[in-house]
Amino acid sequence: MALKIVKGSIDRMFDKNLQDLVRGIRNHKEDEAKYISTCIDEIKQELKQDNIAVKANAVCKLTYLQMLGYDVSWAAFNIVEVMSSSKFTFKRIGYLAASQCFHEGTDVIMLTTNQIRKDLSSPNQYDTGVALTGLSCFVTPDLARDLANDIMTLMSHTKPYIRKKAVLIMYKVFLKYPESLRPAFPRLKEKLEDPDPGVQSAAVNVICELARRNPKNYLSLAPLFFKLMTSSTNNWVLIKIIKLFGALTPLEPRLGKKLIEPLTNLIHSTSAMSLLYECVNTVIAVLISLSSGMPNHSASIQLCVQKLRILIEDSDQNLKYLGLLAMSKILKTHPKSVQSHKDLILQCLDDKDESIRLRALDLLYGMVSKKNLMEIVKKLMLHVDKAEGTTYRDELLTKIIDICSQSNYQYITNFEWYISILVELTRLEGTRHGHLIASQMLDVAIRVKAIRGFAVAQMATLLDNAHLLTGNTQRNGICEVLYAAAWICGEFSEHLEDPMQTLEAMLRPKVATLPGHIQAVYVQNAAKLFATVLQKHEGETDSQAAQETSQLLIDRLPLFVQSANLEVQERASCILQLVKYIQKLQQKNVEVAEEVTALFAGELNPVAPKAQKKVPIPEGLDLDAWINEPPSESESEDEKPKAVFAKEEPKHYRSRNTEVDEKELARRREVRKQEQANNPFYIKASPSSQKVYDAPGVEHIPVVQIDLSVPLKVPGMPMSDQYLKLEEERQQKEKAERKKKEKKKKREKRGKGRKADSGPESEEDITPAQHVDIVTEEMPENALPSDDDDKDPNDPHRALDIDLDNLLSGFSSRPLADSEKLPVRTHRPEVLKSPAEDRVSESVPPETKKKSSKEKKEKKKDKEKDRKRSKEEKKKKKKHKEVEEELLESQPEEPVQSEETKEAAAPPTSTSAEASDLDFWLSSAPVPPAAQEVTVPSSAVETSSAAVPESEPDEPKDTEPEDTKSSKHKKKKQKKEKEEKEKKKKKRHHHHHHHGEAGGEDSVQNGTVEEEEPLPPMSNYSVLAENSFIKMVYDIQGNHQDESKVVVSIIFENKSDSFLKSMEFNVLDSLNSKLQRPEGAGPHDGLTVPFQLPPGVSNEARFVFSVQSIVMPQKLKGTLTFIVKSDESSTHEKLDFKLHFTCTSYLITTPCYSDAYAKLLESGDLKGSSLRLEGINMPFHHLLARICFHHHFSVVERIDSCASMYSRSIQGHHVCLLVKTSDQTVSIDAKCDEPSLLGNVLDELKQTFSKC
Amino acid sequence: MIKAILIFNNHGKPRLSKFYEHYTEDTEQQIIRETFHLVSKRDENVCNFLEGGLLIGGSENKLIYRHYATLYFVFCVDSSESELGILDLIQVFVETLDKCFENVCELDLIFHMDKVHNILAEMVMGGMVLETNMSEISTQAEAHSKMEKSEAGIAGAPARAVSAVKNMNLPEMPKNINIGDISIKVPNLSSFK
Repeated sequence: MALKIVKGSIDRMFDKNLQDLVRGIRNHKEDEAKYISTCIDEIKQELKQDNIAVKANAVCKLTYLQMLGYDVSWAAFNIVEVMSSSKFTFKRIGYLAASQCFHEGTDVIMLTTNQIRKDLSSPNQYDTGVALTGLSCFVTPDLARDLANDIMTLMSHTKPYIRKKAVLIMYKVFLKYPESLRPAFPRLKEKLEDPDPGVQSAAVNVICELARRNPKNYLSLAPLFFKLMTSSTNNWVLIKIIKLFGALTPLEPRLGKKLIEPLTNLIHSTSAMSLLYECVNTVIAVLISLSSGMPNHSASIQLCVQKLRILIEDSDQNLKYLGLLAMSKILKTHPKSVQSHKDLILQCLDDKDESIRLRALDLLYGMVSKKNLMEIVKKLMLHVDKAEGTTYRDELLTKIIDICSQSNYQYITNFEWYISILVELTRLEGTRHGHLIASQMLDVAIRVKAIRGFAVAQMATLLDNAHLLTGNTQRNGICEVLYAAAWICGEFSEHLEDPMQTLEAMLRPKVATLPGHIQAVYVQNAAKLFATVLQKHEGETDSQAAQETSQLLIDRLPLFVQSANLEVQERASCILQLVKYIQKLQQKNVEVAEEVTALFAGELNPVAPKAQKKVPIPEGLDLDAWINEPPSESESEDEKPKAVFAKEEPKHYRSRNTEVDEKELARRREVRKQEQANNPFYIKASPSSQKVYDAPGVEHIPVVQIDLSVPLKVPGMPMSDQYLKLEEERQQKEKAERKKKEKKKKREKRGKGRKADSGPESEEDITPAQHVDIVTEEMPENALPSDDDDKDPNDPHRALDIDLDNLLSGFSSRPLADSEKLPVRTHRPEVLKSPAEDRVSESVPPETKKKSSKEKKEKKKDKEKDRKRSKEEKKKKKKHKEVEEELLESQPEEPVQSEETKEAAAPPTSTSAEASDLDFWLSSAPVPPAAQEVTVPSSAVETSSAAVPESEPDEPKDTEPEDTKSSKHKKKKQKKEKEEKEKKKKKRHHHHHHHGEAGGEDSVQNGTVEEEEPLPPMSNYSVLAENSFIKMVYDIQGNHQDESKVVVSIIFENKSDSFLKSMEFNVLDSLNSKLQRPEGAGPHDGLTVPFQLPPGVSNEARFVFSVQSIVMPQKLKGTLTFIVKSDESSTHEKLDFKLHFTCTSYLITTPCYSDAYAKLLESGDLKGSSLRLEGINMPFHHLLARICFHHHFSVVERIDSCASMYSRSIQGHHVCLLVKTSDQTVSIDAKCDEPSLLGNVLDELKQTFSKC
Repeated sequence: MIKAILIFNNHGKPRLSKFYEHYTEDTEQQIIRETFHLVSKRDENVCNFLEGGLLIGGSENKLIYRHYATLYFVFCVDSSESELGILDLIQVFVETLDKCFENVCELDLIFHMDKVHNILAEMVMGGMVLETNMSEISTQAEAHSKMEKSEAGIAGAPARAVSAVKNMNLPEMPKNINIGDISIKVPNLSSFK
């Protein structure tokens, strides 16, 4: 055996390791592939050996080869083998290889489940860590389902190293197995407040990722994140949180208001640029969400813009880039504040960095105004000329067009200029955006009627010089422009000065080299031109010229008839025949022009892309109603397909519409006709002989006088500049005029700052030369807005859109259903979990327990490192151990326990409570951070507090004096908060009590009870009263903060199958104890229970009582009245009860340290008494647990069968017990500074134990 | 989320590739090539962000990179990551490498890809940032190698001896290609603790 190992390792010496492989590859640069293939052969041999070290070495080499692009999936099984090695070294190699090449399709993955599970629960934290890391890369839905529970347990591991990895990997698990989100979420949320910053950051990370996809589900976490934001100093965490808030604010504008201030503070205080940048980003998001209603947000905007300017001016290109990026976000909502930085942004256009130039271009889009458009575009045109590299130039081109065409050419004052720009852009060589320019030309020419003359002239020039565009390359995208040019010249040929010349240009043989679709347009429009030319000639009675034109077409068209393109061929031959026919007629001296023109008569109106969809269904039109009598039954039976449609018919049948009588219909038709007649844009059925441009309704379009001095029609010479000059002159003139008028005023303005002249002084007085026929006419009247945002159904994050709100509190209105629990291996009963356990215990799988001793040893080694932390952890470990043990041992009782918890955990109102909680947090003015701590309390507290608030009569009235109703509301809520704060700690105990584990938990405080048999289930709730409708159980708890108040929690359970409502709770006060009623209520008024009970549901309410003396027990009589509402009737019912205030209920579990305890006993202030109980045959720790649980004591110290216990009353009386036991006899020596209280407590103790 | 982490040299030779989403080996190589193409043509003093290549998500993702001497470190991230934060993370990564390899150079990465992976695994897990504290990362990495050494024990000794001998006649192990310009200006690195 030993020999074999030695031999194995000697073998290994001569194997190639990774370094040798790398070296080999580097030495075989010429025949690398060949060398690697021999290496792969070697690896295959190595993988066949038994020695795991050899295998691991081989797998390590494979990982390297995988990086070089070699497929190594054939070794997947060997990788699994190496993963399962017991040695960390090899395991890690295996997991690394797996993480590099496993994926969902790898079939051996299913073999790994158990191995991974074993590694996850390994005593060695590094094994666990490596497994988690590997798993994060190749987790599949199956693995996620099988391992979710194991990973969840690791989230509460003692080592932060494991915790943070487990937390982080949960995100991957959620993605693959969305069902795990609900059960795991409470713990995940808990980790947001983990003491270890690494774990905390991991949890923030995961929740941020989750929330980014489905923000609305995480809105209720906002208070918690807010707290983290104001308290954390970790910039990573802060950045994540701030980014998250950026995603949340659009959903909840009130959140934004709350955020502004702390964010602004951060912006001012932080020195980290990354944090500053994210803050600015989120502030921007907030401001966008608050588009209205915040009067003072201009300050915030100013701050953001100012900070961004600093970033952009920085010499660091990264900051510059980001600054521009953020600036463009502001631009969308607050363009004015960005516009004042135009200088800076134009400067960035000259930057050497292309990314920055592109960002600056984005910004320009929003910065143009009517005034500066020409200037900016001129600058861009200069860049176009300079730009080398087609991508950037194309980008520039699209930007120019975007900028000019945005919001229906809003900023263009002179369309002649724009057409010139477009024509200039056609001279770009090699651009891909020919079609973009073409569509712009078409768009402008069609929609701006006044510009058609100019456009046509320009297009004719273009056509004439088409050879310049098509140039050398066939695939040149710019020739698309000719498509537009040909169409415009044809369609609006009446504007042509010399149609004959254009016609000639369009029929040149070179045209045949253009792409087919362009040729087709050429042919068709040549025909249109032909019609125009004919008309012109006949008007001049020049039949000779007319015939020459026909001849020209007959000569040239055959070229197109031979075209390979079907469309071209068809059109050409059609038109050729037509022209031949026309020629015959012409030879007979027949006037044909009129008829030929009629072929192309009629105006083409622009129609918006979605127009058809948005046509509202006219009143009276029922698309589902039958036009004719529906076919008779028998007929539809014969024809089956018809039956299918007939079936659907009744669904949308609207009887109202069919009742409209004939007359009404006729009237409506008439009205509609009238409307259509008056609408010049309605496309009429019959072709009108007149073109619509001289139809009524067009006179309002101002026709511009074309300045004759303007364009020289020589392509290749920039013309647009002239417009700019004209524009500048015009502005100068205007300015001069204005200056004369308001010289004084201007001076004042200048003095204030340059804002005055850079801002858009008076957008309104620049009137555009031409009007655009905007959407209104392209859309049908009263078009309906349609929303087309559909989510991608394949998005994996969709599955994670799970409502988590009601999970956030310990008790949920929709508790985890059985089906929602994470799958657990059933053959291992130890890990069986009830939801109760899930919440209460931080249980660790049994495996960890065994190792904990080992871990402890390890710990001692690095104890010096971090004493504090290890101490803490030890404490925790102890806790774990015990809880674990108890869990292990208390197996059989579990069903009982969980039943009990379910009963207690039923309140169904918590969702609304939760929501209102967030509402409160959002609506209140900034609250000091301490108060926010309480904002996501358990729902039990929540429900109770609904009843409690009225109980504090002397509430300071510090809420904002708004309108009375809402402020009252707020006040209530604020009270609620305070109540909760007070009770929070106690409540925790309270929950433990429910689960019967409190005994253990409490006694752990001083570190004693460490054994033995399971505790029986315990509950402090005792029956108050019961009838056939309702059952009430109650528990009384002292109040830490207020020495004269106790809280009575009552669970109402609806036993009937009717609805119970209007419950009113009332007691007859005694001199000593009084029910706290709301202000203004009389001493005998009842309190309304703040919920209703559907059948079978139970809910808890709390009532506060004030007590004066607590030394004596007492009983209060009371009644509950309620209305039983069943389907047919409702009756008024009443139930009497007696509330028993025991002395125990005035005691509060208070921990006490043994030294303080000793001092207390020595002080001599206490008076003693004693009690003997016979025949107690329960284990001692049960006995103690019972005393702790039922009588609110805590164990101070325990030595064998002797224990000292302590408790304190709400009024500060100390109660000390010394409990001893020896075979079935228990003796209790007690001391207290109030003898009568002590006597009563002892009596109650006796009673407790006599019961069992 | 981080989609991928790539390290390649000035000639586009991959030195480490970690994809947090699955691609086939061929696509991975294409992505590396594409990324190299995008990154390598940029000047030294331009910004370190650019839109991702077509293969890895296009404009939804960002490439954030740093260039150290002969190596490019490229992180491909989506919009949930802070650009400057990732830039700092790269710096942390490189500094950690520098610490673990003692004056790191390209050759270290070439011959110890597995080690680099292990260090990276302590920093980024499954595409999410796990730890940003340099000392914490290197502590864990050291603990790992300590474990490894203790496991190797006697059995590993001969192998180690052989590899030491093998390394002795390495003419090409100059340590001079270090990341001399590690002090490239990082905006507020110290603020990340």
